[in-house]
Amino acid sequence: MLTFIVFFPVLGALAIAFLPRQQEQRAKQMAAVVATIVFVVSLAAFALFDRDASGFQFTEQIRWIRAGSAGFDIQYFLGVDGLGLVMVILTTFLFVLAVLISWNIDLRPKEYFAWMLVLETGVLGVFTSLDLILFFLFWEVELVPMYMLISIWGTGRKEYSAIKFVLYTIAGSALMLVGILVLAFSADPQSFDMTVLMEADIRDTLLPLPAIFFLIFAAFAIKLPVFPFHTWLPDAHTDAPTAVSVILAGVLLKMGGYGMIRICVSILPEVAKDYGVWLAAFAAISVIYGALVTLRQTDLKRLIAYSSVSHMGYVLLGIAAFGQVALTGAALQMFTHGTITGLLFVMVGLVYNRTHTRDIAVLRGLAHHMPVIATVMVIAGLASLGLPSMSGFVAEAMVFLGSVKAFAPATIFAVVGIVLTAGYILWMVERVFFGPKTEEWAELGDASSWWEHIPMAALVAVIIGVGVYPSAIVDVLDMGIEPIIARLG
Amino acid sequence: MDNIDLLGPELALIAAAGLVVLADLVLRDKRWLPWLGLTGVLASVVWTLTFVLRDRQAEAFAGALSVDDFSIFFLFLFAGIAAVVILSSIDYVQKFERYQGEYYALILASAAGLMLLAGTRDLIAIFVALELTSISQYVLAAFLRDRRSTEAGLKYILLGAISSAVILYGMAFLFGLSGTTKLTGAEGEPSIAATVAAADSDIRAALIMSMVFLAVGFAFKMAIVPFQMWVPDVYEGAPTPVAAYLSVGSKAAAFAVVLRVFYEGLGGDFISGDWSMLFAVLAAISMTVGNIIALVQTNIKRLLGYSSIAQAGNFMVGMAAISAAGNMALGASGVVFFLAAYALTNLGAFVAVIIISNKIGSDQIDDYGGLFRRAPLLGFALAFCLVSLTGLPPTAGFVAKVYIFNTAVQSDLVWLVVVAVLNTVIAAFYYLRVVSQIFLAPAPSEEGIPTPWPASISLAAVTLGVAIVGVVPTPLISASETAVRIFS
Repeated sequence: MLTFIVFFPVLGALAIAFLPRQQEQRAKQMAAVVATIVFVVSLAAFALFDRDASGFQFTEQIRWIRAGSAGFDIQYFLGVDGLGLVMVILTTFLFVLAVLISWNIDLRPKEYFAWMLVLETGVLGVFTSLDLILFFLFWEVELVPMYMLISIWGTGRKEYSAIKFVLYTIAGSALMLVGILVLAFSADPQSFDMTVLMEADIRDTLLPLPAIFFLIFAAFAIKLPVFPFHTWLPDAHTDAPTAVSVILAGVLLKMGGYGMIRICVSILPEVAKDYGVWLAAFAAISVIYGALVTLRQTDLKRLIAYSSVSHMGYVLLGIAAFGQVALTGAALQMFTHGTITGLLFVMVGLVYNRTHTRDIAVLRGLAHHMPVIATVMVIAGLASLGLPSMSGFVAEAMVFLGSVKAFAPATIFAVVGIVLTAGYILWMVERVFFGPKTEEWAELGDASSWWEHIPMAALVAVIIGVGVYPSAIVDVLDMGIEPIIARLG
Repeated sequence: MDNIDLLGPELALIAAAGLVVLADLVLRDKRWLPWLGLTGVLASVVWTLTFVLRDRQAEAFAGALSVDDFSIFFLFLFAGIAAVVILSSIDYVQKFERYQGEYYALILASAAGLMLLAGTRDLIAIFVALELTSISQYVLAAFLRDRRSTEAGLKYILLGAISSAVILYGMAFLFGLSGTTKLTGAEGEPSIAATVAAADSDIRAALIMSMVFLAVGFAFKMAIVPFQMWVPDVYEGAPTPVAAYLSVGSKAAAFAVVLRVFYEGLGGDFISGDWSMLFAVLAAISMTVGNIIALVQTNIKRLLGYSSIAQAGNFMVGMAAISAAGNMALGASGVVFFLAAYALTNLGAFVAVIIISNKIGSDQIDDYGGLFRRAPLLGFALAFCLVSLTGLPPTAGFVAKVYIFNTAVQSDLVWLVVVAVLNTVIAAFYYLRVVSQIFLAPAPSEEGIPTPWPASISLAAVTLGVAIVGVVPTPLISASETAVRIFS
């Protein structure tokens, strides 16, 4: 089942690549069908997921590469626990929407949708791999499609942003590779199997354990991103096409948080605990710094991009606090941020499509001309600043509850971040959508076509749904987090 | 007869070379020449295959030549390389129409030399094989007879001669110390390995001197910094198929012979730590310098030249790993696997470049703009090979990278692996710049690029190979492990 979920998109991509040139429109339909099928299957997995069993489910384990003498035994090993499953759902869901948002792409559509589906396979592979090398493989798979998507279909300094994104990621993953190899070699028994490593005795034969931890952590810190490794993110976000921004913010950043929990924290929990205060400090800096920089942005998309830096700080804070509630909160924050920021980027994309500008100073009084877009934008904004009954609130509350005992000062800083968030969100909404009616934008229509309505409606439904009834997701996440916490007793 | 049987694969190539020259005199239609050459390669492969089927592993010529798993691996590899080079030359040789026969004959002769290099375990035989392959290649490098090609040939022959002299000097030391030219021998027989095993501090200095001389001499052939100066000019000036040949064939042979000499001859604990350190340092320098200079290249052949210097650094990581942790087979299988993966990948890249430069008449990276629009499959194949050189999945390059770094980590060379992985970031920058040209840049003309079918076949074969090894590497990994088992 997981194999199907992971590889069906890439099969779709191949099929699209071999479509005859005249049938370029067919590519969109095929991509939509493929993404929807994958989403439906992952929903089925969610339904079939045994909520009473612990450990990984739907596992598929095949010996893949074997080189006995080199201790190089790599498995094709997929499986999900509560955490992985939620990330898979988030991914397949957002990819359906991403295909819909891209409906008006006319530039080389065949290649666009093919790369999009390749990207989906890479991301899903990351969330389901239980073998470190396999994880690393999928981690790297994502690079080429992202590079293409940003540099061909982006705007502005797209090539610069694309290469910056790729180099940052490769730098991180290069260090991660060293970390993974050292980790596997330092463990007794030696293995790349995450489930084995979680039980294994890991000694500092080659490198001290914290060094291993931070070699691997570096890749995730860049991806999440944590200050000061965040500078690729605003560029990549700003210059990427709308759907790619949605995916980037919604899913790719989560690979960082997920990796921290799945590998760093699960396999080396002692180190995570010992260095928690440092992580918390960086988390607090990310939150405050991200929020302050966000306040100064004049470009709508850059504003949301920087707000991601701030919001991902909460994830790191939850991880640093290392407790059942905090970690679950961090995981939930990843999910909700995926949907909320996804929605924000969708809305900015719609505004940009109509006005062809993202300059906040130029946009004014849009609510008069596009009431639907304005309303949804306000909802997204409120969710982003953590209004109760929206999903963002639950996640942030859980993170703070979990972290306040461990790191009170960092938590206080992070809470201040919420105030700043309220500031920039409300200020942005006020400047862009309200104020006097302007003739300049009078001609512009509101959101009207189905491929615009469906993503908006779906995201709003999820945001409010999780906000009102968080247990639907929290219970499953809890199941994934519990064994990790249990390891440290 | 027994000895001749073991020399069969090489003799098949030499015979084919002779036939090609003869046929060149007789035949009016020169289009048959490459196919005659390929028949020779095929005969060589079949002969090697019978070694495997007959389970035939033995020594010939009083131990000077050895047919074992290691040499069989390389026999196949070099035959494959020769076949690809010949196939992709078919369209290219119009540039020197009158000398086609000599061209193919030299490729075959030098391939025979490469094969011998992997099988010889006697210093004199090694030297002779080295010269057989080198001299053919000096001539091949100068084949275009324009100013740049001539310069390439001259540069190559001068520096190559110096490196040969240095190797000979190192060999002379070894001979002086041990009184024999044999790398290994039976119990009680004089051999270099026995001398090293019995060495004491009296001859340590002399052993290290000879080791350094050999390493330096072979570093020329392997194109390791700081002995790489000839590479970019020779690659740029030489006919492109020859550059491809040099970049994979002579490099792989040099590594094979270094594995033999250092493993079998100088593998004793007494000095193996020293050459391990030497190789580690050379690896670090080579990767860094090669990559940094590659960053600023605008000519694709020069770019591939510098990148091959950097890649040689990666092989060196495996060489350094060999003796570092006491588990000698570990690094060696990494090197052998990387060599094969790299041969596939770099051949793919070069064959694509051959086809393209033949058509657009330029080696400038800027002229590769919009290649994907003009020739989708060609553009995709080149991009795929570059992705493999970067070491991204799902390619042979990815597995090779992970595998060789894994062996190095196990050999306690974490610092070297960190240097290597940081280098992959630099490499990613310049490889992906070419990829972005292929996919993104506007095309200078909309005219399609027709691909000659023999070159297409070889390109398709190697690109497919890169993908297959990337997804199911286990057969090649076991083959590499079998190949190096003779050392343990």
